[in-house]
Amino acid sequence: MITAAAQERENYLNASHGLKSWFLTKDHKRIGLLYLATITLFFFIGGAFATLIRVELLTPQGNLVSSETYNKLFTMHGVMMIFFFLIPSIPAVLGNFFLPIMIGARDLAFPKLNLLSWYLLVVGGMFSLYAMLAGGVDTGWTFYTPYSTTYSNGYVIATALGIFIAGFSSILTGLNFIVTIHRMRAPGMTWFRMPLFVWAHYATSLIQVLGTPVLAVTIVLLFLERVFHLGIFDPARGGDPVLFQHLFWFYSHPAVYIMVLPAMGVVSEVISTFSRKAIFGYGFVAFSSVSIAVLGFLVWGHHLFVSGQSLFAGMVFSFLSYFVAIPSAIKVFNWTATLYKGSISFQTPMLYALGFIGLFTMGGLTGLFVAALGIDMHVTDTYFVVAHFHYIMVGGAIMGYMSGLHYWWPKMTGRMYPEAWARLSALVIFLGFNLTFFPQFILGYLGMPRRYHLYPPEFQVLNVLSTAGASVLAVGYLMPMIYFIWSLRYGKVAPVNPWGATGLEWKTSSPPPVHNFDETPVVTHDAYDYASLMAEEVEVG
Amino acid sequence: MDRFQLFPVQASTLAPEVDHLLYFLLAVAVFFTLLIFGAIFYFAIRYRRRSENELPHVQHTGYTLEILWSVIPFGLTMVMFTWGASIYFTASKPPNNAIQIYAVGKQWMWKLEHAEGQREINELHIPIGTPVRLTMASEDVIHSFFVPAFRTKQDVVPGRYSTTWFTATKPGKYHLFCAEYCGTNHSGMIGWVYVMEPMDYQNWLSGGAVEGSMAESGKKLFEQLACNNCHKDDNSGRGPVLVGLFGKQVQLVGGGSVKADEAYFRESILQPQAKIVYGFEPVMPTFQGLVTEEQLVQLVEYVKSLGPKPGTGPVDNGQKPVPEKSSTAGSTPANR
Repeated sequence: MITAAAQERENYLNASHGLKSWFLTKDHKRIGLLYLATITLFFFIGGAFATLIRVELLTPQGNLVSSETYNKLFTMHGVMMIFFFLIPSIPAVLGNFFLPIMIGARDLAFPKLNLLSWYLLVVGGMFSLYAMLAGGVDTGWTFYTPYSTTYSNGYVIATALGIFIAGFSSILTGLNFIVTIHRMRAPGMTWFRMPLFVWAHYATSLIQVLGTPVLAVTIVLLFLERVFHLGIFDPARGGDPVLFQHLFWFYSHPAVYIMVLPAMGVVSEVISTFSRKAIFGYGFVAFSSVSIAVLGFLVWGHHLFVSGQSLFAGMVFSFLSYFVAIPSAIKVFNWTATLYKGSISFQTPMLYALGFIGLFTMGGLTGLFVAALGIDMHVTDTYFVVAHFHYIMVGGAIMGYMSGLHYWWPKMTGRMYPEAWARLSALVIFLGFNLTFFPQFILGYLGMPRRYHLYPPEFQVLNVLSTAGASVLAVGYLMPMIYFIWSLRYGKVAPVNPWGATGLEWKTSSPPPVHNFDETPVVTHDAYDYASLMAEEVEVG
Repeated sequence: MDRFQLFPVQASTLAPEVDHLLYFLLAVAVFFTLLIFGAIFYFAIRYRRRSENELPHVQHTGYTLEILWSVIPFGLTMVMFTWGASIYFTASKPPNNAIQIYAVGKQWMWKLEHAEGQREINELHIPIGTPVRLTMASEDVIHSFFVPAFRTKQDVVPGRYSTTWFTATKPGKYHLFCAEYCGTNHSGMIGWVYVMEPMDYQNWLSGGAVEGSMAESGKKLFEQLACNNCHKDDNSGRGPVLVGLFGKQVQLVGGGSVKADEAYFRESILQPQAKIVYGFEPVMPTFQGLVTEEQLVQLVEYVKSLGPKPGTGPVDNGQKPVPEKSSTAGSTPANR
């Protein structure tokens, strides 16, 4: 009876119809879904490139593609996944959809800007994709000079222009979030009552707004150098190729935190909900997000330990890099402590979140290896680094994204996904991921350099294991794609609060009405106050 | 060769040092991984939800715990930092008695030249037990000299000399990789390092060298390029005397001084206007584009051969801005 009523109720999905109502929408929820469709497409394109790379690496010889094609493949994989999937992923989809609802707002502060952000991402993504498929780029996603400025024959500038355009999408989204969090919180929603997901997005937005312009400037310099031979990065004209690396990593290292901080926000929500307990050390977890964002700007030089920066700079950047480890460790310990004496249930979002903690822990701990100057000399630019950052970005960011997608799917669509299949997908992805990337740590310490099309035969067995893992991982990612679509039609109708969670998003209907709430909520409790939630339920019941 | 391997061979004095730090890091990583995984599994089972209505007692925060799990990891990371930095420091300072070998990276090969004149491509022969110092240059893009068995890697950046060094400890044949992506055949820019017993190395050295030592080749170039028109052995030329110059401090126009090392020689040939020696006019033309990196290192080696060798002369005694005239017979006041 209740479900029938919920179905008939007007919501943001059935309030208007037609293509125009989607492509000109100013509703943050619809824009969130537009982002979801867009980045899912980019994810599977990036994944297809990864598949070709892993198949090629089955044998030491190059028997599937030429070296030239191989170099283009890993470049396209990196560009698509980083700039057009990972950076927008959680903020642009889940943040867009839930950040306003979680603080009791009707929309983001600048709805038109929000729509513009989506168009910028689409235009940038399509531009880069077209440039890479039509002409090809073989510089790697890092675009190191002078290879990218003088020697590469690919469509370097066109690809970089797409990234430049998409950068503005990221800046505007960050700006929108910051203003929304400052100005649009519901009555009673004080800073320290905000869900940790919102804190994580606040920290992320700071990086997007402060860091991305540096990337834009770097791309402009790359353009001037490549087209007009300005000489900024050319030693024959008094320039320095290493300068590019400083500029590039000044953005691209903090960009790692753009990817992983929102995932940490998701995990904080999910761990709390499925332990039915307030997060342990709320203030520490909230401030650790902000301190990661700030410290993240001070460590870029750890990408340059063997690049010829000074001995002194190497030491300073190694020292500072270890500081970032502490807030990350604080989060992991606090999540684990939240489980203590909780009431733990194992629905899919929780399985993904626990998977996140495991994989992020391993990614973080191996970060200690690469921050150690003496070890980094040996492992930098090898598969050790490749494994390390995939543990953070795939094991961390994507596990967090999947956790959030399952957690909020009922709210977004009004439908439940099939629980058994979803649990299986979490398991398959966790196992497939480890089988793919753990062997790469060993490969890296053995000395296999990254971006190698051909490799010595003694590395083959580990590469075969990695490719086997990648096939498992591919199955794991296809499963949610199928059952999510299936659930839109055949999934059980979702109740208002399927998980017994505390956030404001669980107090409005599934899917939410156009303006999120029938009346503006008034917040009277801290986040994660399960006692009062259950008391309310008893009263209502 | 075997298709499966778990741990790389140790073939340099640096390798065991790096590996010891690795063992420490592995121990810390395994401990914390087990701790976290163990706690998650234990809590997940012990505190699984038993009834739909249970409400756990909440403890919001424990300051003692928060401090403990911030301070202990911080202490451990500082051990990692110090340990790692000390290895890096050693690896950055070549000993004075090192053999000098030059490497030039270009798309997609390594060219190596020994002081005695032997040239190799994608192969490097070195003796066991003696420090080897590589001075490296790039003809085009950034490359990186990487020998996994030595646990050492150094980017070779165009426009400057990069150095690395190692002391091999075990005879054998080891991979040499280019580790910085450098274009289409990046994965083909590989080679072998042959570590030989000192006797075998001496035999190998005396076997090749068709064109004379690097210094001799450099001398020919020096004459071909007419450098000797201005840089004369006495102070009659328009340019500074180069004899005995290597390792000295050179006083510059506008104050300040610079140590006359390989990088300074290279810069002075390519960008003569960058640093003008006190007492001279900026009349030297640039040789940018006229000499290759390989010729440059020969010229550098020639100029070095005119002065005291490292360890034998007052190399690091560069306190005085004015070079001493007593160290080498050919040294005159004009080279200031």
